[in-house]
Amino acid sequence: MQATNILILILGLGLFAFYLGRGRSLALAKPLGGIRHIHSLPSYYGAHVALWCALPSLLLLGLWMIFDDPLINSIVLKSLAAGGLVTESSGESLLMNKVTNLAQGILPRQGAEPELVAAADLMLRLEVISRWSLTALMMTLSLMGFGWSWSRISSSFRARPRVEKVMEKLLLTCACVAIFTTLGIVLSVLFESIQFFRSVPIDDFVFGLDWSPQTAIREDQVGSSGSFGAVPLFVGTLLISAVAMCIAVPVGLMSAIYLAEYASKSVRGFAKPALEVLAGIPTVVYGFFAALTVAPFLRDLGASFGLSVSSESALAAGGVMGVMIIPFISSLADDVITAVPQSMRDGSLAMGATKSETVRNVIIPAALPGIVGGIMLAVSRAIGETMIVVMAAGMAAKLTANPLDSVTTVTVQIVTLLTGDQEFDSPKTLAAFALGLMLFVVTLMLNIFALQIVKKYREQYD
Amino acid sequence: MNAIDPVMGAKAEVKQNLEVADNQVTVGSCFTDAPKMTMRNVNVFYDDKQAIHNVSVDIAKNEVIAMIGPSGCGKSTFLRSLNRMNDTVESCRVEGEICMDGENLYAPKLDVVELRARVGMVFQKPNPFPKSIYDNVAYGPKIHGLADTRVDLDEIVEDSLRKASLWEEVKERLHQSGTGLSGGQQQRLCIARAIAVSPEVILMDEPCSALDPIATAKIEELIEELSQNFTIAIVTHSMQQAARVSHRTAYFHLGRLIEVNPTEQVFTMPEHELTEAYITGRFG
Repeated sequence: MQATNILILILGLGLFAFYLGRGRSLALAKPLGGIRHIHSLPSYYGAHVALWCALPSLLLLGLWMIFDDPLINSIVLKSLAAGGLVTESSGESLLMNKVTNLAQGILPRQGAEPELVAAADLMLRLEVISRWSLTALMMTLSLMGFGWSWSRISSSFRARPRVEKVMEKLLLTCACVAIFTTLGIVLSVLFESIQFFRSVPIDDFVFGLDWSPQTAIREDQVGSSGSFGAVPLFVGTLLISAVAMCIAVPVGLMSAIYLAEYASKSVRGFAKPALEVLAGIPTVVYGFFAALTVAPFLRDLGASFGLSVSSESALAAGGVMGVMIIPFISSLADDVITAVPQSMRDGSLAMGATKSETVRNVIIPAALPGIVGGIMLAVSRAIGETMIVVMAAGMAAKLTANPLDSVTTVTVQIVTLLTGDQEFDSPKTLAAFALGLMLFVVTLMLNIFALQIVKKYREQYD
Repeated sequence: MNAIDPVMGAKAEVKQNLEVADNQVTVGSCFTDAPKMTMRNVNVFYDDKQAIHNVSVDIAKNEVIAMIGPSGCGKSTFLRSLNRMNDTVESCRVEGEICMDGENLYAPKLDVVELRARVGMVFQKPNPFPKSIYDNVAYGPKIHGLADTRVDLDEIVEDSLRKASLWEEVKERLHQSGTGLSGGQQQRLCIARAIAVSPEVILMDEPCSALDPIATAKIEELIEELSQNFTIAIVTHSMQQAARVSHRTAYFHLGRLIEVNPTEQVFTMPEHELTEAYITGRFG
């Protein structure tokens, strides 16, 4: 049987077990004079039986799925080795691929070497055995679990604390999934980066001022040795993010203050959703808005002042990105400002403070942690944003602080490094992982920095 | 069920008399010779619902007037219309005339900021700002420009804290957060904050209802001292408190002002039967 079918079967059995367990406890309760005379509610007895029925076999399924394939592969490989087909270790995986493809019918059996066909047959046989033994084992486990927990149902059996404990473990598992996924991503990026730093020295990468990742494919190509200095990329990223924040923070914060403190109910009811629509516009749309409308406009405007503005400028990309980020800041800041208790406002107003004095002196300090949190989220968004920059800011890795020039960002370079046909062990491709790692470190440090700021300046109310 | 429970019977009897006539006239001595504030025919509405009906009363200079009455009788609403804190409630509308020193507080040209500097307020729940004790008290003087130098400001802060009899307790930790104080200290801090801008009138909206008896006693003592310099209007749930701290007592009932008289008289021989019913605990 297929794993999905077994899964459905086991879940069905669990449901069945739940009703049986619940029914039994109800039957127990009846002669005693009602469910108040048994220790736990009937649904807890049902859940206890269902958990014992389903959980152990599901655990077995998980383990089986992890160890199933490697075990079969090693047996097949051993048989091949016995036939004298495996000669060198590097050919092993290639050979196994062939066998798997033969077994699944992707490769035609005609014309294949007979040893390989035999190995494919062996693999198919083993897989059938594995599936049926898994089914049998899971069914036995389920029935055993069911039988054991069924026999334990009695009026004094403490089903409730047991089920509670399992629930707690379940929640813990879910929390762990998120943590381990993050850890896994970080580790994989870290290992690839270490591989990259083997071919490019780490200080060349971190402090290098020149970025041109084109490496020669053939020895005789000219001028494409490749240099991986990440500084221009990070300067570009920070420049564009800074432009974006210069627009998003004041506009977002002030619109939040207006919405939370000044706007009447009807204005607020209209304006808040309207602002949040901004967050729903796809970044591609912002991107071509920046590239086709804002960038030419800025160029012409600059020309009329006698400034030379690049047609792909950091200002255009950053400006449009800033507009995109406004709803993040305004929405979060609005929430925390509204959460400041009315008694704070009353206290300040009763002292004769005006509305804006109240906002400046009392409400903003009290709402500071939330506001900084919103801004940090917006900064991460700005640093990670790719599409607008690809379309509006260009690809040239220039080391400049002039927002009228064209720059490129870390994310854009990661995209260009990884799109198209690539070999996955060239420094050019691995550089993407190193950039990703550094980006991660930079955002992490920004977050820690922001937390410190909040700790220093927050005014806690209760 | 023939035998009528005497207590229930008495309550039912009072209930019948609880209906207040629309042309109810306030009994007792509402008006004084040298009023600080005068209220004439004040009506307060929340949307269409009328919360205060036709209230006319004077508050004399340097007196402590207590406003008592059952929950929801409008005493807090009335108090909040004296410094226009009701402006913050969108649906609230005030009619009639409320004057301080002859100046109409609801005149279109009146500066609310200046008014609230002259009429301070202390709230039911202590609400110190999440700032240091010093900054809490200095808040008002700063926004009204009452101190030109740091030394002046220090002086105002110390003076206000002394007047609120909090100085001795906090002088060592002026720069710690005001929210770290105990409830009673927080409320005295709020009083210090209010008197730091030297208001003429202080409104207190059940200032002790969130405090324990010892903290309450301290605040009551303080009110008595403050009455030498300030005019105080206090809303309270506790009749004993009204009896202890006030010179005159106003009894509100269902949005109407029933009786205003010297406190001793209200608690010994009330003029109106509703007042008597309330102070003898037959409802409330």
